[in-house]
Amino acid sequence: MAIQVIKEKCVGCKLCLKACPFDAIDMEGKLAVINEKCTACNQCIAVCKFDAIVKTAEEVTEKIDLAAYKDVWVYAEQRDGKLMGVALELIGEGRRLAREISDSTKVYAVLVGDGIGHLAQECFEFGADGAILIEDGLLKNYTTDGHTKALYDVIKAKKPDVVLFGATHIGRDLAPRVAARLSTGLTADCTRLDIRLSSYIDYAKKNTTLDVTGLDPNSDDRGLKQTRPAFGGNLMATIICPRTRPQMATVRPGVMSKRERVPGATGETVVVKPQIADSDIRTKIIDIVKSVKEIVSLTDADIICSGGRGLGDPSGFDLIREFAKKVGGVVGSSRAAVDAGWIDHSHQVGQTGTTVKPKIYFACGISGAIQHLAGMQTSEIIVAINTDASAPIFEVADYGIVGDLYKVIPQIINEWDNAEALFEASVKKGIA
Amino acid sequence: MAFEIIVCAKQVPDTNEIKIDPVKKTLIREGVPSILNHDDANALEEALKLKDQYDDVHVTVITMGPPQAKDMLIECLAMGADEGVLLSDRALGGSDTWATSNAIAAAIERRGKYDLIFAGRQAIDGDTAQVGPQIAEKLGIPQVTYVTEFKIADDRKHITVKRAMEDGYELIDIQAPCMLTAIKELNTPRYMSIQGIFDAFKKDIPTWGAKELGVDVNREVGLEASPTNVFKSFTPVPKGQGVRLEGDSEKELAEKLIVNLKSKHVI
Repeated sequence: MAIQVIKEKCVGCKLCLKACPFDAIDMEGKLAVINEKCTACNQCIAVCKFDAIVKTAEEVTEKIDLAAYKDVWVYAEQRDGKLMGVALELIGEGRRLAREISDSTKVYAVLVGDGIGHLAQECFEFGADGAILIEDGLLKNYTTDGHTKALYDVIKAKKPDVVLFGATHIGRDLAPRVAARLSTGLTADCTRLDIRLSSYIDYAKKNTTLDVTGLDPNSDDRGLKQTRPAFGGNLMATIICPRTRPQMATVRPGVMSKRERVPGATGETVVVKPQIADSDIRTKIIDIVKSVKEIVSLTDADIICSGGRGLGDPSGFDLIREFAKKVGGVVGSSRAAVDAGWIDHSHQVGQTGTTVKPKIYFACGISGAIQHLAGMQTSEIIVAINTDASAPIFEVADYGIVGDLYKVIPQIINEWDNAEALFEASVKKGIA
Repeated sequence: MAFEIIVCAKQVPDTNEIKIDPVKKTLIREGVPSILNHDDANALEEALKLKDQYDDVHVTVITMGPPQAKDMLIECLAMGADEGVLLSDRALGGSDTWATSNAIAAAIERRGKYDLIFAGRQAIDGDTAQVGPQIAEKLGIPQVTYVTEFKIADDRKHITVKRAMEDGYELIDIQAPCMLTAIKELNTPRYMSIQGIFDAFKKDIPTWGAKELGVDVNREVGLEASPTNVFKSFTPVPKGQGVRLEGDSEKELAEKLIVNLKSKHVI
């Protein structure tokens, strides 16, 4: 907002001069002129009898010099001196984004804590060009106030173009606070990031229903395109942050890919001494307790292992329980199994039971009656294991295994912990 | 002086009821009920529990949204809140989390003294979890997010909360005034009472716009002032025919399945 004098209407009566509390109006001949002391307090507008002073809306906010901001930063979250997996994923992703911006753009891992200097090496080995090391006894354990201040100060001083956080309980506590203090944009829980429109178009064509005609793949736009699910995953939105810097995002853990580790890789370490005092931190951690996740209800479960009539008898649920325990899931069942008295109704999934939407739904020995499908078909991934190849459950399954669940499930249980290794082996095989 | 609690709440579409138009690939919003956001109900419940405990607790629910968000405020009053304030104005439309927190923080300051602010961790339509912390930042007060347990000392200043972490929890001391964001483990929200419903309709719910809030419509709130904008939005590719996994042994099948799940980032 700014105060403006309309030359044609001003008669030089000086009423505004007297009214101004800030000495912000000068006279140039018979014309009042607003000087830089103006706070847009509106006093002059109120006293002017000639409607010669107006408040004008400026073009959005002050334009900031976007070019002054460079490099991609990753908040390399650590707990107890160990890097979180998502930190390494973001270093990999950050490096990809940095190179999309320009050959000279670097990715830095920002390490905040105490006695964590050794983690810089690990960051380099996973692809970081550099590490910004911020250490202080007061930053040892995460606190909102401490880490916000440390991060805000260093961002303000060094001006990164992009800052990424893992969408963890810490990242989602910290990032909004830092973004608000910087008065910049923040996009939550992203599952896809792009810099160049050409990459965005490739992604959109493969994975979305988006019409990409009209998007120029040769555009010189180097802003961050941040794609995230909304409305419970029913809608995807790509968010941009066109006028302010840095561009900030939290990113869902497990979505981006780590780079292959390069032992002995080196990088630049920038040591930053934080200005932090005891009084800056207004919360006090009394205790940090690590515990295994409690078993949640069907509605909230990320993974559900359901058994049906194909189990053959009630003891089949022993295997389902073992399976659920292994994969960190909750036991569900079809109505048939409940009606047979094999398991309590509280486990029933379907129209007359609970409607569920987990990340993975394992349907084991379930044929897939309409009433069951109604309660689980919006699951993110459905896996069906059944001996009957013509069972309707295979119609909705993302992955179908025709086979004996008593032989297949024990193998899944055996191999579950090797997921990472199996995946990496398959990727290598794919490249070879 | 009363102990003033502010609850920040949002009216949201019940995302479980949203369906995709199979032809146009757009969201079908007609017939989708609007509800009090789940986490916000937990935030309100915790405030009401304090009201049950102490006579001088006064609970105000603040929401920002279209005029029909008033229905949700009536529901909150019927559950037991003392007062509701609706922030509704065209000038506030299109606000992202930064701009929304400017408006709500301005409303809280305008209302006057506050001792405690409860908000839900996140809303089920946007899922950002950003507005609570950003309000706290604008107000300059400390915060704890993901709160699963809340205890306040008799001085009603010293608070101890349990904060859920992915791998356990933290016990944290914090002092009022502060912002606490609730998750469902915190409590079980009460139902509206008959008397509550009756009384709720008699209460006046003021509507405040940008003018009442004293916010700058060009720099602080609304679409233009928001640092983030929606570039594109679209529906995900509909589910195609699944894959039938083939293999010579159960072990091979299990391995293929795990590799596929891993590649989809679900494990």
